[in-house]
Amino acid sequence: MTKIIYKDSQGNSKTLEVENGLSVMEGALQNDVPGIDADCGGSMACATCHVYVEEKWLNKLPKAEEAEVDMIDMAYEPKKNSRLSCQLIVSDELDGLIITTPAKQS
Amino acid sequence: MKNTDTIIIGAGPVGLFAVHQLGIKGLSSIVIDNLDKAGGQCIELYPDKPIYDIPAVPECTGEELTKKLLEQIKPFNTEFYLNERVEEVKQDKDNWIIKTNNKNEFSAPNVIIAGGVGSFEPRKLSIKEAEKFEDKYLFYAVKNKDQFKNKNITIFGGGDSALDWALELSKFSNISLIHRRNEFRGAPHTLSEIKKLQKIGKISIKTPCQLESIEGDEKINSIIIKFDDGKTEKIDTDIILSFFGLIMKLGPIAEWGLNMNKKTIEVNSKNFETNKKGIFAAGDICNYPGKLKLILSGFHEVALASVECFKRARPNEKYRFEFTTSSKTIQQRLGKK
Repeated sequence: MTKIIYKDSQGNSKTLEVENGLSVMEGALQNDVPGIDADCGGSMACATCHVYVEEKWLNKLPKAEEAEVDMIDMAYEPKKNSRLSCQLIVSDELDGLIITTPAKQS
Repeated sequence: MKNTDTIIIGAGPVGLFAVHQLGIKGLSSIVIDNLDKAGGQCIELYPDKPIYDIPAVPECTGEELTKKLLEQIKPFNTEFYLNERVEEVKQDKDNWIIKTNNKNEFSAPNVIIAGGVGSFEPRKLSIKEAEKFEDKYLFYAVKNKDQFKNKNITIFGGGDSALDWALELSKFSNISLIHRRNEFRGAPHTLSEIKKLQKIGKISIKTPCQLESIEGDEKINSIIIKFDDGKTEKIDTDIILSFFGLIMKLGPIAEWGLNMNKKTIEVNSKNFETNKKGIFAAGDICNYPGKLKLILSGFHEVALASVECFKRARPNEKYRFEFTTSSKTIQQRLGKK
C-alpha cells in the first residue's frame, strides 16, 4: 500500500492507501474520489483522467511517453505539470505523491 | 415512423455484433450513431492501435476490427442512421418509440443501448466568452470552408485536424496556429508544408501558449494568447477554429428513467435487460457484478440479450437455440447455401 494524496481544484484533499500496481486513476475510481472520469477506461485514449502533479514530484515520476503527451493536448486546461493518472502506476517510490484534479475533465 | 424488431443505439463493435446475433435469429434491426461512421471508440479513439485480446485474432487494429464486423453483418442489409443522436424514448404498450435529433422515429419491442461512454462531441474552449461566439465566429469543425475565405483565422490545436485545416485555409486566408507546446502531432509531411508556409509568412505559428481571452462584442475582434513565460500577445482574429479532440457525453440516455450507477446503466447478467422491460444495455455502458470493459464481454452480452429480444419480438414462436455450423436456417440468413 502506498499513500497518494488526491486534491481537488477547491483545495479539498483526500489521502488514500492505494495498492501497488494500480494506477493513480484506478485508486481514485475504486475509492470514489471525484474529479477523475477515465471515460476510456485507462487506454490512454481520452484525457479525462488528467491531473496536475505537485511540482516536486514531476521529476521523480517515469517520464510521459509521447502518446501520453499527445493526449494531454486534448485535456481540459493542460499545464506543464499535467499527466494522465491512468499512466501513473503506484509503487513504493510514489509514497506521498500529491496530485490535483482540474476544475473539470470535459 | 419505421418499425423494426430492435433499435440498436451505438455502432461500435458491440452494436455491430448485436446486428449479427439478432440477424441469425431472424430479427431485423436498425443502428443509430452520432458519429459519421461505424466503429465507435475503435474507429474514433484508436483506429491504428493494435488490439490483442479478441479471441482467435492475435492482433488487429480498431479499424480492422470494425471492417471485419461490418463484413460479418453484410448479409443482413441493416440500415444505419449515422450523424444522428437519440433524443427521446417513449413507451407505447409493448413497444418503444425512439426519436432522433434528425426527427426520425422508430418503433420496436426492443432497444439495445450499446453506447460506450456516450456520444462523441467536440471538446469546447473552456473560457466563458467562447460560448456566445459559437457557430458564428467560433467553430469546432469545418463544414463549409467557403465561409472562411479572406479572413483572419486563428486555429488552436496540435493534431492532424488543426494542421490540415491550417494548410487548406491558408490558400485564401491569414492563418495563426496556436499550440500549447512546441511539438506538433500531425503527419510529418503536413508539418513540413506548414513550416514552408511559415517561412513565407502565410502561416504564423505561436507556441508554447494558450488562449487567454477573446475580445469583441457582436463579433470577434481579436484574441489574447499567453505564452508559458507569462508574456501575452494580441492577434487580430475574425474566426476561431478549435481542434481539441472529442469527448464522450452520455446525453439524454441519462434521463430515461433507467437505473444508473455513475455513468453506466445497471443490467442483470442473465439477459442484460435494464429495469425497463425491452431495454437492454451492453458493452462499456452496462454495469453488473464482475463487469469487465472488454470488447469480448460486450459480444457475450449482446448474444444473450438477443435471445430475450427474440422472445419479445416473436411472442408466439418458440425460441430454438441453433449452431451456425449446422443450422440451415441460419446459413440461409447468412446467404450461404
